[in-house]
Amino acid sequence: MIIETEKLNFSYTKGGRQILKDINLSLGEGEVMSILGPNGAGKSTLLNCIATLLMPDSGIVRLCGKDTREMKPKEVASILSYVPQNHVPAFSYTVFNFVLMGRAPKVGMFERPKDEDFAIVEKTLEEIGLTELKDKPYTEISGGERQQATIARAMVAQPKAILFDEPTAHLDYGNQLKTLRIIKSLKEKGYAIIITTHNPDHAIMLGGTTAILDREGRLTVGKSEEIIAEERLRQVYGTELSLIHMDEVDRDVCVPPNL
Amino acid sequence: MATNSKKNFYAVGFDLLLLAILAGCIVMALCSGKYPITPKESLDVLFGELFHKGGSYSEMTKNVVMGLRIPRITASILCGVMLAMSGVAYQSIFKNPLISPDFLGVSNGACIGAAIAILMGLGGIYLSGFAFLGGILAVSITVLIPTILKSESNIMLVLSGVIVGGAMSSILGFIKYVADPETELAAITYWTMGSFSYVTMSEIKSVILTMVIPMIILFGMSWWLDILSMGESEAKSLGANIKLIRNVAIACATLMTASSVCISGTIGWIGLVIPHFARMCVGPNNTKLIPTAGLMGGIFLLLVDTITRTISMAEMPVSILTGLIGAPFYAVLLYRQRKTIS
Repeated sequence: MIIETEKLNFSYTKGGRQILKDINLSLGEGEVMSILGPNGAGKSTLLNCIATLLMPDSGIVRLCGKDTREMKPKEVASILSYVPQNHVPAFSYTVFNFVLMGRAPKVGMFERPKDEDFAIVEKTLEEIGLTELKDKPYTEISGGERQQATIARAMVAQPKAILFDEPTAHLDYGNQLKTLRIIKSLKEKGYAIIITTHNPDHAIMLGGTTAILDREGRLTVGKSEEIIAEERLRQVYGTELSLIHMDEVDRDVCVPPNL
Repeated sequence: MATNSKKNFYAVGFDLLLLAILAGCIVMALCSGKYPITPKESLDVLFGELFHKGGSYSEMTKNVVMGLRIPRITASILCGVMLAMSGVAYQSIFKNPLISPDFLGVSNGACIGAAIAILMGLGGIYLSGFAFLGGILAVSITVLIPTILKSESNIMLVLSGVIVGGAMSSILGFIKYVADPETELAAITYWTMGSFSYVTMSEIKSVILTMVIPMIILFGMSWWLDILSMGESEAKSLGANIKLIRNVAIACATLMTASSVCISGTIGWIGLVIPHFARMCVGPNNTKLIPTAGLMGGIFLLLVDTITRTISMAEMPVSILTGLIGAPFYAVLLYRQRKTIS
């Protein structure tokens, strides 16, 4: 298993609402997991715990079988890359230099990236289709392009797993699909992938497993086609939702009711 | 890759150009002042004394160049370099282009240390030592407040700097209030406005190590400052040992600022304006930014000091001019960058 959690518990304040309750999940090579859940349920919190950005109250996160509490930040980062939600940094680094930062786990504290690192960045930019933008300031490209640059930054670390925090948020339809296609191709390359999303359709399209995090902090995990059922979606989102099979796209689609 | 190395080439070329400008400014500064010296004479003395060759210049010329002007020029360049570089470092550490060494209370703290030394009738090495302790103490409190409040956010640190800076200037006001107006007050005021009038070579020697060593460390880890400037959680998820990198960087930048306060008093604006200007010229990468900003800071402060000591009979404190030039210049920079600073 690449990512494994054991009885993860988390709350932001002592005695406050328990965000995560006894969370067990595991993910191997080439597997994808979509985490669904209502606003504020704690999907990002769960990702942050796995990425060791937050310390769980109890429980263990293991990466490649190793307890993360005994791992240095660099060891964690060389197994696991994190694609956070879009944000604009304070300084306008070029797309190339921004992506280059993903090589950090391979660079020593008093070192700089070398030719080898530059070559990996060039290749990844080519792969993701950003070569033309590489000298543009990261702050001046569109949201979709920024998302792709962040994915490229995650890839250049050559990790085993990539976490995506709402990768489709704030993107238009075209860019949402582009991002999902990239995620699918990463899965096929063997990365273990976890994404959080508000859209059940995205979980259906990605296949793999789906996990639903409810307000009590419990996680229900299973195969996407089994977990995503009308009754369960109704409970999660508190509204009528219909799952209809569409022959044109050959998959189930999640449709909200009329207003 | 071609474009990348080409860019490095431009950045190095730009730094060489700045170095040439700095050399020109040094010669100009050697010749400016009440005692007239020609550029050729000044260079004769400089090389003659540096390499112990001697030469055909008068004793008076030698004393003016080696005893008065060279220490001042060295001190002003060093302080400019230190303030600009530590400004770059602080701005990256706190991912905030609007911050400067003054903001974190370092300059004020060092100033209080110096003022206390003056009140106690101490001078010389004690003055520098007290200034140094004050600066370190101030930044420690600034860094400590967010830790006590269990908040690791950078905004909290900035606010904490405002708190410490505010408290420090009140304490300084109180020290001025109780100081003897005949003797101590003038000395303290002079220190708070910054000046190179009384700089000696031995003073420079006493702080040169605490200037150069942190500078080398900071430059060595400059790529990691880029990562730090992405924000705490991003830097951590990229594999940075934030606590270590941040503490080392803060310690280095603070040593550099405090060392410069030790020999010149507080000089405002350089740590804020020069990093901005350098960033507009070579971009935000700290690896390029730190040397470029350092050179620009050195040139700027040397020019300002040369102007203040030649413009009138009575010498003006440097901070008056850095403020007069820095403030409007900063307004122009902000206007040009208004789109990128939200």
